Amino acid sequence: MDRPLGLLAELTYKCPLHCPYCSNPVAAPETAELALHEWCRVLEEARGLGVLQVHFTGGEPLARPDLTPLVAHARDLGFYVNLVTSGVGLDQRRASQLVRAGLDHVQLSMQDTDRRAADEITGAHVFDHKMAAARAVKALELPLTINVVLHRGNIDRIGPIADLAATLGADRLELAHTQYYGWGLLNRSALLPTRDQVVAAEQALAQARAVHGDTLEILYVLADYYEPYPKPCMHGWGQRHIIIAPDGRALPCPAAAQIVGLGFDNVRERSLSAIWCHSPAFTRFRGDAWMPEPCRSCPRKGIDFGGCRCQAFQFTGDAARTDPVCQLSPDHHLVEAALRAAGPLHQALRPRVNPR
Amino acid sequence: MTPALSLTDQPRLRRGVRAGADPLSGETVLLFPEGVLLLNETAAAVIRHCDGCRSVAEVVQEVGTVYRDVVPEDVMSLLWELITQNLLVVDRG
Ligand code: SF4
Repeated sequence: MDRPLGLLAELTYKCPLHCPYCSNPVAAPETAELALHEWCRVLEEARGLGVLQVHFTGGEPLARPDLTPLVAHARDLGFYVNLVTSGVGLDQRRASQLVRAGLDHVQLSMQDTDRRAADEITGAHVFDHKMAAARAVKALELPLTINVVLHRGNIDRIGPIADLAATLGADRLELAHTQYYGWGLLNRSALLPTRDQVVAAEQALAQARAVHGDTLEILYVLADYYEPYPKPCMHGWGQRHIIIAPDGRALPCPAAAQIVGLGFDNVRERSLSAIWCHSPAFTRFRGDAWMPEPCRSCPRKGIDFGGCRCQAFQFTGDAARTDPVCQLSPDHHLVEAALRAAGPLHQALRPRVNPR
Repeated sequence: MTPALSLTDQPRLRRGVRAGADPLSGETVLLFPEGVLLLNETAAAVIRHCDGCRSVAEVVQEVGTVYRDVVPEDVMSLLWELITQNLLVVDRG
């Protein structure tokens, strides 16, 4: 067993946006969020385990008034500190507080190049706030990655999206196809792009890379439903990352809470190191002993680790099966059926709502 | 020697990349938005010299003085590897 390298601290599920592709759970538990002192202890325990990076995420982490002291504590402990944000609430003042606290990097979500389209998908008038947030980050010379979740409604605008990211002075642009978990799964048939759209997107991506060259690094997260093999989900279950949900449950992946019967531990009750080493949720799919055929005897099992456990669970009800995205999976027809079931072009989306 | 890297280039860590210490081993690690890179002692020494002021030739020479078994080709190929991984950038000197 290796040590974990990254901690994803989901500070809250609250968010001022209502993106229908959000991977947060649709029915989030109503347990109280961890308090500042609890988060600080989790950070200390993570450092002791050898974790090198902390990603403050959510929901919207800026919704926590104690984000600045948390960033400061993480940086004091020596972590590389990343903030994953919608940008709402990231004005000049808050941004400079965070920089002074030691924030290393900002990952800012954008939805589209067009104000109306962007505000429609987020269900809030936030496009201008996001532009302002990007400028605030740049004015402080903080490194900036702009994150865009791709779906059928914006996938045809990769060129303009890259131009916008470059104009805002982003160092990197991450174009990530929707991952179908949480709200994203609920809205899947209205979000899925067509195969033609995906092919065109990859051409547009190559063009954008040629145009922007070294000035804007463009990362691309594949549309796994259209791929022959699954993604190497989380770089292997329980291999590199620990996710702490707002209520303190420790998860091997942000979507894992839905998997019935895994036995999640809570940092309120158990030390992080005991959880990493012994929690059944982490040990259940660690390594390859759990693998069924066709993974067990497949030469790719060290590359994709049999794909995503949550996706296997969502499609088949059994998290221990081969990811149905894999063309070798006996359940692959379920993915094909999901693609066929993709709805008509202008289908209504169900906006994400906040947990109470 | 790599043709794309000249001896007068001045390498430095790209914005958003910084060196830190591994809490377990005490060794140097490169930290960046999406990952980490554990460095051995000589690689860490090379990185320490990449300050945007020293040229590649100076980095090679100064690291070679301290670590006598490090040949210039090793330093050059490390620099090039970090450039292709988008961790290091060079200002043309
Ligand atoms: S059979 Fe399993 S290991 Fe092989 S490619 Fe498919 S998911 Fe990966």
